[in-house]
Amino acid sequence: MLTKRIIACLDVRDGNLAKSVKFVNTKDIGDPVKVAKEYYDDGLDELVFYDITASSDDRGIMLDVVERVARQVYIPFSVGGGIRNVDDANRLLMAGAEKINVNSAAVRRPDLISECSRAIGTQNTVLSVDIIKAAVSRDFPSGYQVVIDGGRKRTALDALEWSLRGEELGAGELVINSIDADGTKSGYEINLTRMIAEAVSIPVIASGGAGKPEHLLEVLTKGKADAALVASMVHYGDYTVRELKEWLHSRGVNIRLRF
Amino acid sequence: MIVIVDYDAGNLKSVQRACKKVGMTALISDDPEKVSRADKVIFPGVGSAESAMVTLKDKGLDTALNEVAQKGRPVLGICLGLQILLDHTEEGNKDCLGLVGGASERFRFSVGDIKVPHIGWNAISLVGSHPMVENIMSGDQFYFVHSYRAKLVDEKEVIATTEYGDSSFCSILGKDNLFATQFHAEKSGKLGLKIMKAFSDWSP
Repeated sequence: MLTKRIIACLDVRDGNLAKSVKFVNTKDIGDPVKVAKEYYDDGLDELVFYDITASSDDRGIMLDVVERVARQVYIPFSVGGGIRNVDDANRLLMAGAEKINVNSAAVRRPDLISECSRAIGTQNTVLSVDIIKAAVSRDFPSGYQVVIDGGRKRTALDALEWSLRGEELGAGELVINSIDADGTKSGYEINLTRMIAEAVSIPVIASGGAGKPEHLLEVLTKGKADAALVASMVHYGDYTVRELKEWLHSRGVNIRLRF
Repeated sequence: MIVIVDYDAGNLKSVQRACKKVGMTALISDDPEKVSRADKVIFPGVGSAESAMVTLKDKGLDTALNEVAQKGRPVLGICLGLQILLDHTEEGNKDCLGLVGGASERFRFSVGDIKVPHIGWNAISLVGSHPMVENIMSGDQFYFVHSYRAKLVDEKEVIATTEYGDSSFCSILGKDNLFATQFHAEKSGKLGLKIMKAFSDWSP
């Protein structure tokens, strides 16, 4: 049977990790390539890099990171941040990324999803959606609203409708990121994740709020997510990837343990 | 010379990198001459089988692959590469290379809630023996991304199966000098690299 995936998310700014990563030996590490390799050796299923480099002039640095990661890490990894057209996507794929991740730019111009999907394949086109809670209304029937630009800007899009539209336009996977839960370490937004996972027929990756292994268990079972994104809980050495996976496996979740 | 067949179907560089990692130097080429003269051929691919067949024919690579198969040179098919070795695909109702008896059909399930494409890590069960799988075992997991499954005519050519939804499909096939995996060996961590390594050592 298909296993549930554990995906680690790394924010990269100007070629370095935006937040340092601590391993069990509590050494601070700022190099995304080293960290990617560590997680790979520890049995991680997949990686996501978000390029949060402010200036578009410096985007080339990310290509170098991607190339160096690809030489050491033989699991799928995706890259998001700053992808505005098929050329941007192709450059990342050629550098060695498996998939690309679009978010705000796709909200501004939904055709970006179909263009990427046609050019690089549905399975390589991931749509990330940043979402906040909203009052249930005619505008937001699902009770959730799409936000962009790292959560700073609200849009007129309903989260469920946009997710379905993304699938229709050719996204092969969805990252459902709860801005409300993000950084709280108090658990994923289960209702939101489940609502979208039940509505679409493509895999859903839950994001935002992970702090304890129980949170992953909850979102992968009750939340019906196909994969769980983790960040600070592994970056700061609270848990290792291996510990998380072994714990989930002991709770009956189908997890990849031999690698 | 090991040649990775380039027919505009996906990221071949990741396959080339995995080759390098296990000590194989592989050339990416769309030249039918180079393919037919290769000592070993890697036939990867993602995307649509329909457009892949069109490109293969346009470039004359279908004939080159046939020659390679006839000469008994080792071929490693990956993902779409496995499906194109068969007679036919339901995707666009296209005839494929016909080097292995069988056809690809879209995943269909009698139970609900099963997602297509089949994306992620899944286990294989070895049902046949083959020198290429000596270092892997049943239960080992590999990375899959596909919406179509291969159905082989001859059960003996099925080396491994994988369960998805309410059924299982052929995840590794082997026939003489042809060996192919439905999963991405190049993206399946260290176990995937074992298969790449086995290919570099294999002399059928």
